[in-house]
Amino acid sequence: MPGYLDVLTQKFNGAFTTSEFRDNRRVSVAADKSPDVIFGLLACLKNECGFDMLADLAGIDYLNYPGAADRFAVVYALTNTATGERVFVKAHANDPDPALPSAVPLWEGANWMEREVYDMFGVTFTGHPDLRRILMPDEFTSFPLRKDYPLRGAGERHNFVTVTRAEG
Amino acid sequence: MALKLDDNIFVTQLDQLANWVRKHSLWPMPFATACCGIELMATASSRYDIARFGSEAMRFSPRQCDVMIVAGRVVMKMVPVMQRIWLQMSEPKWCISMGACASSGGVFDTYAVVQGIDRFIPVDVYVPGCPPRPEQLIRAVIDLQEKIQKTGTINAREFDRRTAYEGPGALSKELDPKELVVAPGNFKTGTRVSLN
Ligand code: SF4
Repeated sequence: MPGYLDVLTQKFNGAFTTSEFRDNRRVSVAADKSPDVIFGLLACLKNECGFDMLADLAGIDYLNYPGAADRFAVVYALTNTATGERVFVKAHANDPDPALPSAVPLWEGANWMEREVYDMFGVTFTGHPDLRRILMPDEFTSFPLRKDYPLRGAGERHNFVTVTRAEG
Repeated sequence: MALKLDDNIFVTQLDQLANWVRKHSLWPMPFATACCGIELMATASSRYDIARFGSEAMRFSPRQCDVMIVAGRVVMKMVPVMQRIWLQMSEPKWCISMGACASSGGVFDTYAVVQGIDRFIPVDVYVPGCPPRPEQLIRAVIDLQEKIQKTGTINAREFDRRTAYEGPGALSKELDPKELVVAPGNFKTGTRVSLN
C-alpha cells in the first residue's frame, strides 16, 4: 500500500474508494461527495504527497455503462515527478448540471483541459477563470461526446450562410 | 483589299484573349486541411510538376490567388474561415473541390464535418477519390482551364448573374440526425442501432 493512500485515508476517510488494475492505482470519489471533497483531496495529493504534475484531465460519460452509479466522471492523471509514481483520481458528477470545483488554482495546466471537458461533456467547473468552449464553435449548443448525442449531430452542420457567385 | 498582317499576329476577341491569359496563370490558394493536402503538395513536386500548367505559384495570401483548392475535410468551425478567404480572393476566381471529403464529407458523416463545401461556396470542378492522385488534380486544372476558356469574359460579368445558390438542391432533405447512429452501438461488429 503506497504511502499517499495512508495520508488520504487519514484525512478523507470514507470519502473515496480505491481500486487497482495492473500498475494503475485509482482513487474514486462518488458524485454525492465529489463537489465537497475533490479539491481538498487533489490539494493534499499535490502538497503533501508529491504529485506535482497534472499529466492529463479527461471526461467520461457512463451512460448505459454496466454497473455505473453516476453518469459523468472527470479523471485526473497525476504524476510524482520525483518518484515517477502515478495515480488516477476519478471525480463523479451527475445530471442535471454536473459541476465540479476547478483544479486551475492547483495546476495552471488544467485550464484548457477543463474547457475541453466542458465543451464536450457539459461538465461545468466552478471557479474556472475562463470557462468557454474550446473545440466547437461558440454558437454550438450541445455537448458532442455525451453518449445520447447522435453521431451525425442534431443538424448543426449546415446552419451557415451560403456565398453565391455574385457575392464572391 | 485583304488586310495583310505579319506572321505572328492573330486576330481574336478581347474576351478570348483574357481567358487565354487567365487560364495559363491560375494561382492556387491551397486550403488544405487533411491527407488530400499532401497529394496537393505532391502535385507541385518535380515528379508531377503543376508548373507545366502555370499553376505552380501557390499563394498563402488570398489577395494573390484566383483558384481555391479545398483539399481535405472541412469542419463547421472552419466554414466561416473558408468563406472569408474565398471572399477575400481577387476576381475572377474559381474553386476546385479536391477529394471525397471536400466534395461530400467523405466517410466523415459526423456532427462536425460538413457534407460538401458546395453548400457554402461555389465550386467549379470536383475531383473524386480518397485521396485523388496528383494526375487527377492536374486533370481538374486542365478541365478548369477549358471551362475558363469557354465561359469567361474580360470583366467576369458571367458571374454577376449567378445570384442563386449553386450547390446541391436538397438542403432541406438533410437526413434526420436521429435516424441512424453508431454509438452507443456494438463497436466490435460496427452494428448501427437506432436511437428510437
Ligand atoms: S478524401 Fe480521403 S484523402 Fe482526402 S481528405 Fe478525405 S480522407 Fe483524406
